Amino acid sequence: MTGMEEIRQTFFEECAEQLDELETGLLAIQDGSADSETVNAVFRAVHSVKGGAGAFNLDTLVGFAHTFESVLDLVRSDRLETSEQVVSVLLRSSDVLADLVTAARDETAHNAAAVAEVSMALEALLGDTSSGSGSSAEDELDGLMGDFGFEPVQVSLDDLIGPQGDNRFRILFKPNRDLYARANESMVLIREVLSLGSGEVVCDMSRLPDLDALDSEEAYLSWGITLETNASRGAIEEIFEFVDEECELTIEDLNETEDEPASEDVDREVSELLAMLSAGASDGSNSDDDETDFDFASVGMGIETDPEPEEDFDEPGFAAPAAIETKHEPVAAPAARKPVEAEAGPKDAGEAGDDKKAGAPPSTTIRVDLERVDRLIDLVGELVIHQVMLSQSAQKAGINSSSEVILGFEDLEMLTRQIQDSVMAIRAQAVKSVFQKLPRLVREVCAATGKDVRLTTEGEYTEVDKTVIERLSDPLTHMIRNAIDHGIESPEDRIKAGKPPVGNICVSAAHRSGRIVIEISDDGAGIDRQRVRAIAVNKGLIPAGANLSDDEIDNLIFLPGFSTREKASELSGRGVGMDVVKRSIQALGGRVSISSQLGKGSTFVLSLPLTLAVLDGMIVSTGDNTLVLPLTAVLETLKPNSGDIREVLDGASVIRVRERFIPVIDVARQLGFTTTPSDAREGVIVLVESETGAGQALLFDAIQGQRQVVIKSLEANYGRIEGVSAATILGDGRVALILDVDALTTSNRLDAPSYNPFSVAAE
Amino acid sequence: MNDHAQNDSHFKRELIAFRIADQEFCVDIKSVREIRGYVPATPLPKTPSYVAGVINLRGTVLPVMDLGLRMGLKAITPTPRSVIMVVKIGSQLFGLLVDAVSDIVSVTEEDIQVNPDVTNDRSRSFVSGLMALDQRMIAIIEASSILPEGLAEAA
Repeated sequence: MTGMEEIRQTFFEECAEQLDELETGLLAIQDGSADSETVNAVFRAVHSVKGGAGAFNLDTLVGFAHTFESVLDLVRSDRLETSEQVVSVLLRSSDVLADLVTAARDETAHNAAAVAEVSMALEALLGDTSSGSGSSAEDELDGLMGDFGFEPVQVSLDDLIGPQGDNRFRILFKPNRDLYARANESMVLIREVLSLGSGEVVCDMSRLPDLDALDSEEAYLSWGITLETNASRGAIEEIFEFVDEECELTIEDLNETEDEPASEDVDREVSELLAMLSAGASDGSNSDDDETDFDFASVGMGIETDPEPEEDFDEPGFAAPAAIETKHEPVAAPAARKPVEAEAGPKDAGEAGDDKKAGAPPSTTIRVDLERVDRLIDLVGELVIHQVMLSQSAQKAGINSSSEVILGFEDLEMLTRQIQDSVMAIRAQAVKSVFQKLPRLVREVCAATGKDVRLTTEGEYTEVDKTVIERLSDPLTHMIRNAIDHGIESPEDRIKAGKPPVGNICVSAAHRSGRIVIEISDDGAGIDRQRVRAIAVNKGLIPAGANLSDDEIDNLIFLPGFSTREKASELSGRGVGMDVVKRSIQALGGRVSISSQLGKGSTFVLSLPLTLAVLDGMIVSTGDNTLVLPLTAVLETLKPNSGDIREVLDGASVIRVRERFIPVIDVARQLGFTTTPSDAREGVIVLVESETGAGQALLFDAIQGQRQVVIKSLEANYGRIEGVSAATILGDGRVALILDVDALTTSNRLDAPSYNPFSVAAE
Repeated sequence: MNDHAQNDSHFKRELIAFRIADQEFCVDIKSVREIRGYVPATPLPKTPSYVAGVINLRGTVLPVMDLGLRMGLKAITPTPRSVIMVVKIGSQLFGLLVDAVSDIVSVTEEDIQVNPDVTNDRSRSFVSGLMALDQRMIAIIEASSILPEGLAEAA
């Protein structure tokens, strides 16, 4: 069954892509930047999910996707206008679809109430247009959509698509050998057909040859089925939908009665679908009404010019949509389709991500096991270390610096750096995958808070290491929540303040000097510094008389246990917010900063390293030990004047920096390298930023320089050591430990007498 | 090689013998990955005294134990003959610092005397057997028992 598991996994991977596509498309429709191709893409996405889900018997998912798809078909054929209400139902439907897919993947229960509610809204759209003509439906909708709780005209989908009363069909089903080769089973299909009603099956064995002429893999049998059913022709065609390439199928209506319009719709839908899925044969003529301006013609053209056989098309669930998209002429695609501009990210990545228009041919991307990539990265890391070691020993050997050896080493160095960069780029991913989750989040938070917020994203093709992406999602989610919950005012308050009722949140990403910078800005109320300060005093976070700069007040919101809301709201505001955000960003080697203007809004800036495999470090030494301090933690370095150092007790001391006393942490002693305290006057002080947001002073003997180092895990072969986050190998081949500043400063706080980072120095 | 060993009714174990101070020990050759010359280790903070530190083993950070201290004997004083034996215990790679590696010995199970009552209490917990070879007495160490406390269960 592992094979099945694999297919299942592939299905859910594909689902995730389809759902992304769906949401992107719907948002484009909402923006009004959509064209017919967008609508088609959205339709195909839902259809693919449905197709795949059918193969895994995910009935709830199939049922919902089907309803969703039917509504999208109305949109596609211009019989349902994409008014704001309709789009909001569609967006909610895509959320529900995503939930159902997740529930199916994790085999957990789904939220039945939400599914039912949205299904009802969808069916209302369906029922509405099928009962009235297109234009009047729109009017009715406005009235209906305000409240989802109306009574649906039609509840069952079968009622909608199938006329009541007995239909009689004669079905001729002639499978060819491919049908069996693809592990389909005629019996299952026939049984399915019979489940629609009652009927007779006759097997035609006339083509069956003599035994000696028999090809065991050929399909010789065909069947004739006479079916009496309540279902429509569409329902029958649907059963054969996945094998239509591999069989000859004729369905004859024996009643010869007029189909109702609704049934025709389904027929048309199916025939369109079949047309789309069946290779080059498809063109505009299959979609029988001319008002629909699908770009089938260009799709057809693209296919004709493509020399490759379209063998993937018979897997409707997966390959077909992608294949069709890639045949689309990039030039023909309107440039302004995407509201979001690719920025700063490497060009080819941007194009590859922009699936709808450019669509790099499928062969240009491969899926690779992450372990292999990581192994490669490790090896290249070692290559870099060895290259440095070699060139250092060449220099030590006194080789003339203009000699060929040294020049060769310089070339080698450049090459290894390039290899390292390229290898790192393999792990890089566009932040799009994180940004894509935000619109839904915003919708949900808005619904819960009764606020109206418009989210814009910029630079979603900016690339950063996969691990950073993975760990970026949570803090970003929290910050957006916070921005809506605490930042953006309610529509009434906004109007009072002379702002448009709809708030704006902009999330942007860009590369800046070797780091990725993510900005989250809102046009909300901004930080009320007086209040923040009062709360901090109230909660005992700062002494009442503390003299703080605006910047310092803003940063108070990152203190543990700080929450400006008097009443904790459901979404954010339990006081576990921003300090957690800050800590998780710092754990990634990043920083958070705020700038805020009262009444105008706030901007949070996250600055993160592009990778977690290397780190910019400050090389310091204490005694015989060489240590690496992450540069992100370093605020400043200073050589203390003897007057600034005050002894406290037991060899501990504090240093006065700009009228503030900061305890000095003797790193060598803290780590247990020595028991005798070193004299702070002889060493170097490095001011670091710690978890509490306050400055701490670390004492070392000397600073040796700054260097990019490759991070090596200590845990793989040894285990966690307090105060040390990892190790690295220096140019001389020796191992140096990378200090964990947070752990160093926290453990110090436990042994040292408690102190307040904001206490004013007494003169 | 394994097949051969199983076919042989007098199954021979191959052991690497090494010296700590004036005593001889050996470990199963199968647990030893390689033997390296001594290089100074970077000390690790807050670790037991027998953890000498970490060294760079071709890009891997390798913890090294002073087997002398670990056995409750005196610390190894590094000389040019000192070596680090790289052993794999479970999924963990470890370096064992010893005074010198003497030779490889092949013994049958009959040569090994189980449950010896010699040496000090500390080292006895690591020794699984004793054997006499010519005029020498060699103690067999179970590599899995010498991991630092608290890490052993991970192996």
